[in-house]
Amino acid sequence: MRVNFTVNGRPQEADDVWEGESLLYVLRERLGLPGSKNACEQGECGSCTVRLDGVPVCSCLVAAGQAEGRDVVTVEGLGDHARQRSCGGSDGVPLDAAKGWAAKAGTDSQAGEGVELAPIQQAFIDAGAVQCGFCTPGLLVASDELLERNPNPSDADIREALSGNLCRCTGYEKIMDAVRLAAARQSEGV
Amino acid sequence: MDFLRPASWEEALAAKGEHPTAVPIAGGTDVMVEINFDHRRPEYLLDLNRVGDLYEWETGEDSVRLGASVPYSTIMEQLRAELPGLALASHTVASPQIRNRGGVGGNLGTASPAGDAHPALLAAGAEVEVASAARGTRMIPIDAFYTGVKRNALEPDELIRAVHVKKADGPQQYSKVGTRNAMVIAVCAFGLALHPRTRTVRTGIGSAAPTPVRAEAAEEFLNAALAEGGFWDNGKIITPSVAKQFADLCAAACNPIDDVRGTASYRRHAVGVMARRTLTWTWESYRGARRTEGAA
Repeated sequence: MRVNFTVNGRPQEADDVWEGESLLYVLRERLGLPGSKNACEQGECGSCTVRLDGVPVCSCLVAAGQAEGRDVVTVEGLGDHARQRSCGGSDGVPLDAAKGWAAKAGTDSQAGEGVELAPIQQAFIDAGAVQCGFCTPGLLVASDELLERNPNPSDADIREALSGNLCRCTGYEKIMDAVRLAAARQSEGV
Repeated sequence: MDFLRPASWEEALAAKGEHPTAVPIAGGTDVMVEINFDHRRPEYLLDLNRVGDLYEWETGEDSVRLGASVPYSTIMEQLRAELPGLALASHTVASPQIRNRGGVGGNLGTASPAGDAHPALLAAGAEVEVASAARGTRMIPIDAFYTGVKRNALEPDELIRAVHVKKADGPQQYSKVGTRNAMVIAVCAFGLALHPRTRTVRTGIGSAAPTPVRAEAAEEFLNAALAEGGFWDNGKIITPSVAKQFADLCAAACNPIDDVRGTASYRRHAVGVMARRTLTWTWESYRGARRTEGAA
């Protein structure tokens, strides 16, 4: 079947979708957006988290057909989503740009230089909250949604909001630091 | 596989009538796991996301008519006062991502003994509103809904429209045992509701029998003991021996199995502990509310 939906602010169309396919599979394999990660396929790890009509969900548990006509934001569109939130107005991210998304090489080992990042992405880099990086896209989408809803989260709020995202590297402390840092920067208008 | 996409409740019932083997999918948090792991290849998937009625709820005089697809996150945020037991149970469901998608209709449809909503529904008192294109609507009392492990009283052509949950007329509590707070399937769970209006106590036990069950003998014992001691009127602390007997009877109502999550004897023990604790918590709130009313 064919699925028409909006991805990162642009209308997209996926063809030859099998009826039992997940939204995650369509994003990764049909649209070529591998940012959302496929790990547990049962909603336990959160690494496939995307926004569906603004709400964080596990894209591995959304049937592709259920996304018909709906609005999806993936980690590839997070920078644009954050920019739109602070400045308003955006044409979205074209699929080719989203596919080619990469942290551009900088002058030193700091990733993320030369490419416009969402504040939460920059905070993850600055706080050292990324190790192997597999859980990171899901954590970024969930954290960004938390800060949109609750600009000054308590530690308990952060833990609650990220309780559906597993990270096996960091022990979560650096991730907590990153979300606190992004919240502080957001409130200072940096 | 065919993907059926009804745009209204009537269309959904017609589709289910025409294809009784169709598997309804709403939040997808159970169905998609089975499909992803190749445990299930239904001939038809019946998507209920476009049936807006299922996402609505109405608060009546005595009960809340909760649409089958109202997500757990909405129950937590919007229905805490009317359905405190179910709101607490909702909070223990998996993670925010899952609570944003899953709802009570799916829990009832799957009818897993470990479903988090069941003990809260049993304790509060509820009826499940189901319908078919051929025979219209019928109400199934929650006590008659669970018929076996992952089996319920639905006919093949029926869909769950809503669950009518009695509004709380007293304190309610919910307790769940697992290895951590988030993302845990219950080792066992317990719901308890005080109903001061009828001077009764109702319970619900999860994950400790082939189906979710009430501890009816324990309820009868406690109802009699509370009446005999005049507890509802004098608001005294429940005698420890009464609480212990109640807990023992709740443990005895279990019919658990040994599995990777816990042994049968652990489950029985834990249900007893949760029964005593939730009774103490709810009774303390009841006494507190009485004192406040008395002072005012």
